[in-house]
Amino acid sequence: MGLFINIVLLTMLAVVTVAIIRQRSLLGVVILGAIYSFLMASVMMVLHAVDVAMTEASVGAGISTVLLLAVLHLVKTREYVPKKHNVGPLILSVAVGAGLIWGAMDLPAFGDAAAPIHQHVAPRYITQSMTETGVPNLVTAVLADYRSFDTLGETAVVFIAGIGVMLLLRRKQQSPSGPEAAQDILRGDVILQVATKLIFPFILLFALYVQLHGDYGPGGGFQAGVIAAAGVILVAIVFGQRVAKRIAPQGVVERMVPLGVLIFAGTGLVSLFAGRNFLDYVVFAADPVYARQVGILMVEAGVLVTVSGTMIALFYAFVDRGR
Amino acid sequence: MMSTAIDVLSGILIIAGSFFVLVGVIGLLRLPDIYTRLHGASVTDTAGALFLILGMMLQSGWTLVTLKLLIILAIFLFTLPVAAHALARAALHERVEPELAPDGAADGTDGDGEKV
Repeated sequence: MGLFINIVLLTMLAVVTVAIIRQRSLLGVVILGAIYSFLMASVMMVLHAVDVAMTEASVGAGISTVLLLAVLHLVKTREYVPKKHNVGPLILSVAVGAGLIWGAMDLPAFGDAAAPIHQHVAPRYITQSMTETGVPNLVTAVLADYRSFDTLGETAVVFIAGIGVMLLLRRKQQSPSGPEAAQDILRGDVILQVATKLIFPFILLFALYVQLHGDYGPGGGFQAGVIAAAGVILVAIVFGQRVAKRIAPQGVVERMVPLGVLIFAGTGLVSLFAGRNFLDYVVFAADPVYARQVGILMVEAGVLVTVSGTMIALFYAFVDRGR
Repeated sequence: MMSTAIDVLSGILIIAGSFFVLVGVIGLLRLPDIYTRLHGASVTDTAGALFLILGMMLQSGWTLVTLKLLIILAIFLFTLPVAAHALARAALHERVEPELAPDGAADGTDGDGEKV
């Protein structure tokens, strides 16, 4: 049964890839990309990587699609087709692809338990993480505790990318109360407004659940951040930017982008000043296991703040630029 | 005996759901324009999802999974028709013309050739 599901999913992935290559309308490419992400999330589910599946579904299929559609609002939606075909890039990509396949031949077989990656630190995480951190979800324990320095880097990447896009798109003259843009075509639709009003609190509640339940099940700051941002973006699409900016003011979301990284790095600095290693959570409580849970809560909160702030700020930046 | 009855019932529901998903996909592929295609696709959204999830709920018994499936069903039945509505409205806004029968060729309900 698992094999059958895998064959179906991977075949559909290949079909979607070909469709993306052949599709000339960029709108179609974005939608196909969302389908690809959902298929990929399903593959991750089959592999029992639930956290990754959730991230792929919420980030890849959800918020990226919305942000790419916002980009398409600024640029042309037809792919530029060059007049003459250039052979150079084809040769280069075939050569790189062949090199990668050749290099991958030496990798251990897929799922090989004796592979170095499963023998290095993984056994310690699998056997010790419950007693050391008290967090049932192993992924969260690794992401926010054992490997929290890497996660700090990831959060910083989100922060830097967000800052970069905002710097590129921002205009000197901001018109805070300018006319509502023509892209808000769904505004004024009663059905959508009522539906959004009803669903918006539940989206935020679900984001909170994903955030705080990340210790016990799939979820965490990254997923919760994009889900919360998706709620605000939904309001922005249905009610217009002005209403959304009353819920999540532009100044606030733009300050949230660095604030989350500061919370994360500040958590590390606290332990540094207390005489321990950077991001060593032992200092937060007398009981070392409880202290690590407090630390995980802190850094996950930092991730949530940066990710949700960045996503909303990016959406505002794209739509404001389109005016 | 009880478990067999539940298995049979949930099997029937899942097959019914799959049937409606199939009908929706055929409609999506065969119908002429975006509005009728949306009509086809919403069969998948509502009837297909309804029967599939009811079938799955029978399989999961009185557990937390059943409650989660119920919530998913409620969200599906609530959001997917709204999404279809938003899509139709966006198409209308972009002035995508519905494909109408030629004047006089309609079957009497719209015999005066008036555009609906």
